[in-house]
Amino acid sequence: MSVLTPEWTALLYLVSAVCFILALKGLSSPRHARRGNLIGSAGALLAVITVFLSVKLDNIPLILAAIVVGSAIAVPIARKVQMTQMPQLVGGFNGVGGGAAALVAVLELGHNVDVWVRIAIVFTMLVGAISFSGSAITVLKLQELMTTRPVLFPGLRWVMSIAVLASLASAVLVVVTGSWIWAVLLLILGLGVGVLLVLPVGGADVPIVISLLNAFTGIAVAASGIVLENVLLLVAGTLVGASGTILTMAMAKAMGRGVTGILFGAFKGGSTAGSTTVSDRPVRSSSAEDVAVQLGYAQNVVIVPGYGLAVAQGQHTIAELATALEDRGVHVVFGIHPVAGRMPGHMNVLLAEANVPYEALKELDEVNPEFKSTDVVLVVGANDVVNPAAKSTPGSPIYGMPILEVGDANQIVFLKRSMRPGFAGIENELLYDPKTELLFGDAKESLSQVLAAVKAL
Amino acid sequence: MDPVTLLTVVVLAVFVGFEVVSKVTSKLHTPLMSGANAIHGIILIGAIIVAGQTSDPWLLTVAIIAVVLATANMVGGFVVTDRMLEMFRGRKPAKADTPAGAGTGEVAK
Repeated sequence: MSVLTPEWTALLYLVSAVCFILALKGLSSPRHARRGNLIGSAGALLAVITVFLSVKLDNIPLILAAIVVGSAIAVPIARKVQMTQMPQLVGGFNGVGGGAAALVAVLELGHNVDVWVRIAIVFTMLVGAISFSGSAITVLKLQELMTTRPVLFPGLRWVMSIAVLASLASAVLVVVTGSWIWAVLLLILGLGVGVLLVLPVGGADVPIVISLLNAFTGIAVAASGIVLENVLLLVAGTLVGASGTILTMAMAKAMGRGVTGILFGAFKGGSTAGSTTVSDRPVRSSSAEDVAVQLGYAQNVVIVPGYGLAVAQGQHTIAELATALEDRGVHVVFGIHPVAGRMPGHMNVLLAEANVPYEALKELDEVNPEFKSTDVVLVVGANDVVNPAAKSTPGSPIYGMPILEVGDANQIVFLKRSMRPGFAGIENELLYDPKTELLFGDAKESLSQVLAAVKAL
Repeated sequence: MDPVTLLTVVVLAVFVGFEVVSKVTSKLHTPLMSGANAIHGIILIGAIIVAGQTSDPWLLTVAIIAVVLATANMVGGFVVTDRMLEMFRGRKPAKADTPAGAGTGEVAK
């Protein structure tokens, strides 16, 4: 049907675009965030209704059926997925979006002879295909269906260079000839480049790659807006591309690494695996009961949760411990590093799921001045994000990375699996500090023991 | 559409994107990623347009696959973002001494 005039169509698309901007804007505070997301989804619905009413379409029953199928696949997954699996879910949804953009671009090839439009088409195909296959690899890595270590083989650099050059060459051929054969080859090469791009990335860096691929899909969608002469696709895609880019850079900064270092570090032979050497200097180890006494009789406690807590699925236990301490009159807040968890902001989601109120979740800048008046800091499964070497040792790989300055507190308790250094493979001087105690063991088990001991006080 | 208009739109959208996202609290970076992810699912309208304008069975098949993928991206993205944001609650009213349901009376820091 084309009941809407082009003017009305453009107006309704503008409303949708504004809804998307409001959806992102809502995220500036946890209180309005949910409403923003609902506005965004209303904008998306409006856009879909608009397209049905403004373009003359055949095959409508089939299209509606496909929408039903797509929703029927995605909604149960989105509802049931565990919060710890969020990175792979976001990666997966991102991949299918990229794939959709690439397919849309291929189908438009037959309708367009203009060189500029064809350039937009090959761009969308290539970037969409990279996003699709790259995201697929990130899902496999995060779901541990394949190794989380960087995958490297001799000559990877050459294979990658050849794949990139070959895809550029076939892109040029598609633009010049408009031939389907070259288009299919371009898609296949794009898929190959995506795989080669993500294989050498280590497990802990994968979330940054997801964010980057998210930006890629956004840019591909924006380019498809040029192909289809659709301003909404252009605006929405550009918004996502810009936001994905910012977020990727913010994450890289919070990890103290450059984006290129993460993507191409493995190519240069620099390992992202981290060392496993264990030092034999003496440390003070403690018992669950001692830790419970320290926490239970403190006034101000800051809990610093890290990757290890997410791995051990200990977020509910730690929330219970915080409640038990609050009931005793202890003031408890969580000091959260931007990259704690398996993706940026992930720890906040995990703790929110465990019913920790968002006021108790403090960002780096908020909590750092508080450490001086903190009696006990409980560091659970975190290491690099509290390592003072980031401030004091210019030669250190994490030098310059913003850290939680837990060294300012009166006492520090580390719950750790072992003395193995963190992901960056650097010793943490704080572990040997006289005011530091260590409780060894699985984060969740240690927390349950401490919780039981606090309740028994 | 003329190229200068397109360029204007792109440049403005880039600035809006940078501006809006730089104000997002780092607490909500995970929902931001999945929310932005849902937004690029809008490629669905592109998929609908190509599916509605082809009669060749092969091309139609490809287009319908694109519709399914784009729908999964968009609908799944919004649903999971909503699920996450629903979990971000303020302090329980009993503790903050505010009447039940008066979440707006709290001081969020």
